Amino acid sequence: MTDRSIELEVLRYNPETDSEPYWQRYSVPHHHEWVVLDALNHIKENIDPTLNYRWSCHMAVCGSCGMMINGSPKLACKSFMRDYENLIRVEPLAHFPIERDLVTGMDDFVSKLARVKPYLIPKQDKPVEEGEYRQTPAELKRYKQYSMCINCMICYSACPEYGLIPKFLGPAAITLAHRYNLDSRDGGREQRQEEVASGEGVWECTFVGACSEACPKHVDPAGALQQVKIASTIDWFKEQLSSWLK
Amino acid sequence: MAKSNKPIVWGPFAAGGTVTAFVTPVLILLTLLAALGHVPDGLTYEGMHGFASHWLAKLAIFAVITLSLWSSAHRLRSTFFDFGLRRDKQIATIVYFMAIIGALASLMFLYCI
Repeated sequence: MTDRSIELEVLRYNPETDSEPYWQRYSVPHHHEWVVLDALNHIKENIDPTLNYRWSCHMAVCGSCGMMINGSPKLACKSFMRDYENLIRVEPLAHFPIERDLVTGMDDFVSKLARVKPYLIPKQDKPVEEGEYRQTPAELKRYKQYSMCINCMICYSACPEYGLIPKFLGPAAITLAHRYNLDSRDGGREQRQEEVASGEGVWECTFVGACSEACPKHVDPAGALQQVKIASTIDWFKEQLSSWLK
Repeated sequence: MAKSNKPIVWGPFAAGGTVTAFVTPVLILLTLLAALGHVPDGLTYEGMHGFASHWLAKLAIFAVITLSLWSSAHRLRSTFFDFGLRRDKQIATIVYFMAIIGALASLMFLYCI
């Protein structure tokens, strides 16, 4: 039931016609059960079909609809309009280049994700006939939380270090590397450490913790990064020690 | 990509952060109590002096002071960077140098006790 209308201020940008982004205001009905994504869909269908934004699942699984809502990075499908005042400002995710309206360029994140090899690298390849790689519930529990990442890039938008140092590998990529490092079936940690323990890797993190506060899936990337730092520090001292002992 | 040598400064920083989180609030409380004239029985000057005379206590005091100083220096370095001061090498040199001076000073005091 519509009880009132609400103002939505959206940052618009069309690289073909606009020299810079500008704000456009829309008046949308307020429904108690509506999220910001519903309001955007209402605009697209009824007011302005030229509005561009990404979305797919509408249930915080696909990770497509990350955007700045009143200055904070959020999933539009998880942000209820009833939790805001009469004016909601919607912008593309911070720290990423705008492609068009609320659509941002993901190339940097995707290439970083590929660099940390976020997939199982078995210790030893075995033929299919030998059966599956088995895992106990306790072994699953070690990494399960870090496997909940939906690549929505909200942690990159929240991270002030990524804003300052664009070459920083960033929260989600390092957390996913950690997820596979913790997997009992995996043997690829050494390969991932080449990126993760480099100057552009985990050491750019100063433990601000904004990533974990913003993460819509409660992955706690900041916690993962601190564990990676401890493990990398132990590695470093071990390597030094073994080179002295030679 | 080459692995970073950051662990050499981060290791003592992490250790210092842990020590600071546990020990510093207690030390502040005790110092404030002493400053207000309520010195707990076990913490009289003579008692503390006797405690600090033992080599094991000296080691513990040195570790607490040095790690806390290093932790603060490293945190200050990150803070400067976050506030937009990008001369990281110079800032790192200054803050770590100050922490080392503090560590050496505590070493001297402990030696003289």
